[in-house]
Parts: sequence; structure tokens; C-alpha cells
Amino acid sequence: MMRLVARRLIISVALVLFISLLTFVLQTLAPGDVARTILGCGGQTASCPEQQYQALRHELGLDQPLMVQYWQWLSQALTGDLGVSPVSGLDVSSAILSRLPVTASLVLLGTAATALVGVSVGVLSAVRGGRLGRVVDVLSLLGFALPNFWLALVFMALFSVTLGLLPATGYVPIDVSPRDWALSLILPVGTLMLAGMAGFAKQTRDSMLESLSQEYVRFLRANGASELSIVFRHALRNAAIPVVTMVGMLFVGLFSGALFIESVFALPGMGRLAVQATLGHDLPIVQGVVVVFTLIVVATNLVVDLVYGWLNPKVRVT
Amino acid sequence: MTTTIPHSGGAVDLDGVASPLGVSGPSRTDPRGRTLWRAVFRQPLAALSIGYLLLVVLAAITADYLAPYDPSDVDLNQILSGPTAGHWLGTDSLGRDVLSRLMFGGRLSMAHAAIAVATFLLIGVSWGLIAGFFGGWANRVFTWLIDVIIAIPALVVLLVVLSVFDGDMTIAMVALGILAAPGFARVVRGVTLGVREELYVSAARVFGIPNRHIVVKHILPRVAGPILVHASLFAGGALLIDAGLAYLGFGPQPPTPTWGGMIIEASAVVSRQPWLLVPPGVTLGLATLALALLGDAIRDAGAERTGRAPARGSRPGPSGSMRSSTASRPARAQATDALLSVRDVSISLSLDGRQVQVVAGVDLDIRAGETVGLVGESGCGKSVLGSAILGLLPAAGKVTSGSIVYDGIDLASSGPRTMQGLRGSGIALIAQDPIAGLDPVYTAGQQVDELVRRHQGGSRKAVRARSLDLLNDVRLPDPIGVAGRYPHELSGGMAQRVAIAMALAGEPSLLIADEPTTALDVTVQSEILQLLRRLQRDRGMAIMLITHDWGVVAEMCQRAHVMYAGHIVESCSASEMFDHPSHPYTLGLLGSMPRRSLPGRPLPAIPGVVPTPGSWPGGCHFAPRCDFAMPECTEAPIPMLDAGAGHGVRCIRYEDIRGSSR
Repeated sequence: MMRLVARRLIISVALVLFISLLTFVLQTLAPGDVARTILGCGGQTASCPEQQYQALRHELGLDQPLMVQYWQWLSQALTGDLGVSPVSGLDVSSAILSRLPVTASLVLLGTAATALVGVSVGVLSAVRGGRLGRVVDVLSLLGFALPNFWLALVFMALFSVTLGLLPATGYVPIDVSPRDWALSLILPVGTLMLAGMAGFAKQTRDSMLESLSQEYVRFLRANGASELSIVFRHALRNAAIPVVTMVGMLFVGLFSGALFIESVFALPGMGRLAVQATLGHDLPIVQGVVVVFTLIVVATNLVVDLVYGWLNPKVRVT
Repeated sequence: MTTTIPHSGGAVDLDGVASPLGVSGPSRTDPRGRTLWRAVFRQPLAALSIGYLLLVVLAAITADYLAPYDPSDVDLNQILSGPTAGHWLGTDSLGRDVLSRLMFGGRLSMAHAAIAVATFLLIGVSWGLIAGFFGGWANRVFTWLIDVIIAIPALVVLLVVLSVFDGDMTIAMVALGILAAPGFARVVRGVTLGVREELYVSAARVFGIPNRHIVVKHILPRVAGPILVHASLFAGGALLIDAGLAYLGFGPQPPTPTWGGMIIEASAVVSRQPWLLVPPGVTLGLATLALALLGDAIRDAGAERTGRAPARGSRPGPSGSMRSSTASRPARAQATDALLSVRDVSISLSLDGRQVQVVAGVDLDIRAGETVGLVGESGCGKSVLGSAILGLLPAAGKVTSGSIVYDGIDLASSGPRTMQGLRGSGIALIAQDPIAGLDPVYTAGQQVDELVRRHQGGSRKAVRARSLDLLNDVRLPDPIGVAGRYPHELSGGMAQRVAIAMALAGEPSLLIADEPTTALDVTVQSEILQLLRRLQRDRGMAIMLITHDWGVVAEMCQRAHVMYAGHIVESCSASEMFDHPSHPYTLGLLGSMPRRSLPGRPLPAIPGVVPTPGSWPGGCHFAPRCDFAMPECTEAPIPMLDAGAGHGVRCIRYEDIRGSSR
């Protein structure tokens, strides 16, 4: 277990360094640079006043070798300071931090709803089987095939525009009005849930069927263990081991999903920040989001490993 | 169908498509995979999917000639019209024809997906082949790199790429292919590693056949199946991501039609004409769906041909339906002192979708405190009979006739609730593989506790005390220590003792021991048998011992029944069985015991194999393998004959056989 975590930690550090370096290297490949963008002569046609341009490059440290720039950025980043965007003038760390609660609400609720409904439906269809199983199959295919931003738009058209039940767009912080906060999240979270639920249920069911066919289930049943205990205490507990990995993947996946959902429902979250920064060529912000995002992925994988070890005694001792 | 991508839109899990396909691919006899395609086309959904994909591709190619309008023709007199005769799919907010825009829009969307898939294949296949074929350090470096790259949040990295390269979708799609390739490369590597180890490939290497030749001739055909599956699923993902990025405002700008762009245009007027969402969304959704279905179909076809079709719909039923058709013959008189009395029981199971009889007209009595052996080769129906007594036949299995009377209750006709109440407290089970019989995630103590609590209740402390008593009773040297261990920390013998303790928790009066020592070492075997004998003496418990080991019968049993192909062919006391075997099958089984064989002679064996259920011969089931068979043996079913002194035998020549064995 310790070795597993140690290996994961080493990979995680390597990953964060790799990603941040990658974004730096990609910048040098970009046609034009930040200084030109700020001076408004980023395009091919406009020519920059050379002196002003060089001065700005020096001020931004762009005349330094790439590795020096990277080292400066990294040493600052380690203190939690991701710098200031010369394009928009925003402090990258605080821009991301102020958007984080929105994305966190969306993703955490989305993961919880998807996992909860998915596991329940999955267990039910494993125990009952038959028609429910086939419905889950079809829904999981649809959940895969239909783009979630399109689904979001359809729900918006139905519940907000046609029926007028829910707000179509916008976000209310929870400390302003918990009720409005909840209302503003129903459609986004609901979309994420419906898109992912069936796929999750299907995997839970497969995992449950696998555990239910194990020899220990037959043995326990033969010696009088109750059906409830067999399904929940034994089969589900064993099925939970792969399901935890799925929850981790789901959680990380929903951060990507948030890029689209936040845009559809105009939620001021990290995803929307990243998209707007990308459209505005605001690389430092994009880079900051990528790094924070990578940290979330890395942390999630670590948590999944730990929970995995906790659930699986075979891993725990080694 | 095993599409494993849990969510859609951009949130496609790029490693995803975790293929259980593993190492299957076109088989060696068919290097070009023609039958693979035939198998794919036989599935109606797959054929439909291919049809739809062809339609979409053709529509995009022929858009210049077949599209009813120019995709940029603005007609402000007909905006947001909805479907009409002139505009089959309606018009958008500028009065442009939706169908025409869809046809032209497909070009860019599909070109982008094609770029991503090409990159994905190029990198995934070459990388996987190199790592798998050369092994060693190439493989180690590869594993580390994969672990790093798989964890990269692909979509945000795409944003960086788009930001740096000013929304260039070609580069973005190449990047997408690169980011998605490692998971796929891992699959290719797995297959390659497997193929490399096979004899004919090793041989080819030894003969100095060039690597290039081995890869092209032997390895590529084998990975073709997984490659197609992954390419198909990834193509669907790439289409979705392309549309998603277009929706976010990247890629071709208006008025150039793209599917994603049409969705964003539709969203702007969603309150006035929601219909506009339908054509691009459904076209795109169906394309992704078709690709996913196609991937599944290829996977299933591959699995089918390699004989590893995914098991479906065969689930163990929670309580196994026990309902018998009571149109059975009148039960023969029950031995008055029998604890369990099986009369004329026939059982059928569902094999390959057919109901097949696996046990036919079995009679069997077990008295309290007695050990009865049930002997035979595997596939004779011994274990099925054991399952039926416990009410644990598989979902489609049922007792079709006869009665199983335990303690005055006919188990064959009682419901799941009665059976549930009897299991553990009346009839208990110990099974062949003790380690697999214990739940891996609970300690031995927790598992004994559960059954003690279930059968006897009491406080947590009382339950644990009773569990430790039981673990002590089964002669475990350190009950407290063992109670704290997980199954994988136990030896086979210890695990079987724990299993016996669990079976004893409900103080059963009948224990069904299904090959309880088969999986154990010889020294441990005798210890377990000794334990069972002692427990039986102390508790007055009856044991039904299912085994194929005469040594176990000799050591344990008072009575023995020999089973062959669904029938009991001989029943008598154990000593009589060894002294006067009267059925040719019993004779053959006894003869093939190593300790009975004569030095210097080959070990005798019964020629042939046990016939599979459903293909039993008409008369005596053993006749085709029998040295004593006469024409009469195959004409009519042979009844159980009374050979005197409680000795029953299902053979018309038992007297001759007795004579011959002397």
C-alpha cells in the first residue's frame, strides 16, 4: 500500500511538472508573443514599435531563456502565486479561487448525484435484472452518444423556456440565497447526472453481477446469511472496489464536462474562465487553470488509491 | 455491449473504452479478418450503424450536388420556419436551409474526427507494438510515460493548444489523438506481448525471420480486432469533442456550417424555435451512437469467434426456483428414521438456452448422525443434487419431479422463505475451494460472527465469544489470531476450518460437504476428515459427502451411493461397496484407484467419457462404456434392482459382475 502511494506520488509530481512545462514550451511555439498581444500588434499585419516592444519583453521577463522563465514561474507557483496576467491584468490565483466554488458545487453535486442514482439503479438491475437491465443498457449508450451541452440546451428549452419552472442561466452564491443557489444548480447538475447515470449504473451492475457469482456468495447463502446481507454487506462491498475507481474517473471527467455546462448555463466557474481566457489568448490564466486542474486530478487519484486500499484488504497489507 | 465511457460531451474519458476484449483478435486461421466482418454484419444493429454512417459520409461528399440549397443562402422571408415541403428540416434564424447546412457541416466535423483518429492509430499502434515487441527497457519507459500521460486532463490541455495556435482545429485534433493514444497503446502492447510469447512467433524469431515480417504477418492481424473497436469508439468521442469545441466558439467561424456551430446558432433562438436543436443534435448523436454500437459489435464478433462470448443473462438466482411439477409418481415409502429422504428426484438445468435433465429419478436417505457418500466422476449430477437440497439451483434450474423431505417438510415444493429458514440451521454446506468461499474483504472472525448473529443473535460480545468457541472447536491453533485475519492470509486448511466453523454456526443437523478436501494438500486432507469425524461424533450431525475419492469414502462413510450420468447406479453400505461392488461403473471406478492397482501394470481406466446431459443413451446410461453390456442393456431404462441386504444396483448383470470381481 505504501509503495503504491509512493509510486503514485512520484508520478503525480512528474505529471504536474510535465504539464506546466508543456504549457511553457507550447507558448514558445505560438506565433507572436504576449508582448505583441498587449501592444495590440499580435496580428501578422500590424508592426510593433520595436523599442516599446523590447522594453515590455524585458519587463515581462520574456527575454530570459525559457528555463529561467519556467524556474521563476515554478518557484512562485509553489508559494501559491500563479502570477498576474499581463493580458487582462487579473491576478491568476485569485481569479481561479473566486471561480472555484461554482465549479466545485457543480462537480461535487454532479458526482454525488450521478454516483448515488447510478449505484442504486445498478444494484437494483443486478438483483432484479430483466427489463430494467435492458433500459440501463440503452440509456447508457444514449448518455454516451448525446453531447451533454446539447442535452443541457434541450432541458433548458423544456424546463426554463417552455415550462418556466427553473432559471435558465446564472448562478447565485450559496451565502446570498441557499434556495436560489439550489435552483440555479438543478438543471446543470441534473444534466450531468442524466448524461452519466446510466453508464455508471451499467458498470455497477456488471461489477455486482460479478460479485454475486462468486463462490463466497453461494457459500454464505447456503449457510443461511440473509439476502439483504448478501446483496449489500457482501456483494456491494466487493463491487465497490471497482466502483470507487469509477467515481474518481467520474469526478475528474465532470471537471471537463463543466467546461460545457458552465458555458450553457452561464455559470461563472473555472471552466468558463478557461474558455474565455482561451478565446482571449490570455495564456497565463489558461496555464493557471491547467495547473489547478492537474492538481485536482492528481489529488483525486491519490484519494482513490487510499480508498481503494481501505476497501481492499489485499492491497492494504502489501 | 460494453461502452464504458461514463459521460458525454467533452467529458469523454480519453483512456476510456477500457476494453475487456483484451487479447482477442482475428484468429490465426483467418489473417485478413474476413469472417470478422461477416460476424459483424450478421448483427442487425451493427448493419444499421454501418448504413447510417455511410449515409452521413455520402451526404457530406455529395453535398455540392445533392444539397437543395447553398448553405449560406440567406432568405429573410423564411426564417425559423420549422420543417416544410421546401425546407425538410426547416430554416435557421437567417432563413438558411438546415438540411443543406447539415450536409456541408458534416464535412468539417468528420474531417476533424478523421484527423484525430489517424493520429490516435498511428501513435497508439506503433507505440504499443514497440513496447510489446521489444520489451525490456522500452516497455518500462513506456509504462511510466503512460501512467503520466493518462492522468493528463486532456480537454484543458486542448484549450492551451487552441489558445496558443489561435483556434487551429487541425492541430487541436492531432493533439487530441496524441492525448488519447496511450490507453490504446496499452491494449496493443498487451496483445503484442501475448503473441510474442507464443511458440510460432518465438520460433520465427529463432529462425531469424525479420522483425518487420513477424509484426506484419503475425502480430498486426491479431491486434486488428482491438484496433477497430478502439478506433470506432474513439471516433465517436472525437466527433463529440469537435462539436463541443465548436460550441465553445473554437474552430471554423460563421457562416461556415459545422454541426457544433449549428447547435450554438440554435441555442441563440431556443425560445423562438426549439426545433432547431433537433437536427444537428440528433445527427451528431446518431453518428456517435452508430460508432459506439459498431465498436461493440466488432468486440462481440471477435469474442464470439474466439469462443469467449461475454456471458450474458446467466445470473445466479437469489434463491433458485425450486417449484416442482408435482405430477410425480407416488413417493415410495420413506425410511422412518431418515433425516433427509430424497425420492425419485429429477432436476433440469438450462444449458445453452435449453432445459436439460441432469439428475434423473434419484432415491437417497440420510439418517441422523450418519455419513453418506455420493461418489462419481465430475458431471454426474452429484453437486447439482446437493444444490437442490439446499434450494440453491441456478436461476433456470428446477426440480421437475420427486420430493426432498427434510424433517417432515418437502423442500422440493416449499418456497424460498422456508428454504432460507432451513439453510444454516437445518442443512449447511462446506465447499471445495475454502479460500474462494470466504468473502475477501472481511476477516474470518467477522464472517463467523455474521452467521452466529444470524442464527443465534445476542450482543456483540456474546456473538464474538461464540465465534471464538467455534473456531476453537474446529481445532484452529490460535482462534483469536485467525479471527483477525483476512481470507488471503489463511492457508487452505485454515480457511476450510473457518468455513466449517461458519457452517456449524447454525448447529445444523445435516452438513453437505461438497468435495471438502479436493483442493487441499494430502496431509491437510486427512486432518480435515478427522475433524469432520470428530465433529460428527460430538454433535450427532449427519454428513452428505460428495466426493470422487474412494479413500475418503472408506475413511468416512457408513453408506455410499455411486452416481453416473444423472442416475444413482449403486447404493449400499460402504464396506459392502468395497467388498462386493456390483455395478460395472463402480467396478471401473474402484479399479482406477491408484492404491488398488497392481505394480508393473498400467493403471486401468474406464474408456470413454461421461455423456453430457441431454445426450444420455436410451437404456442404461453406462452401456456404451461397459464391457458387460448386452443388447438388453440399451433397449429400456434399467430399474434399481434389489441385490439383497440393502444393496441396490442399476444393472441387469449384477450377479455376473459380482462373480467376476471375486
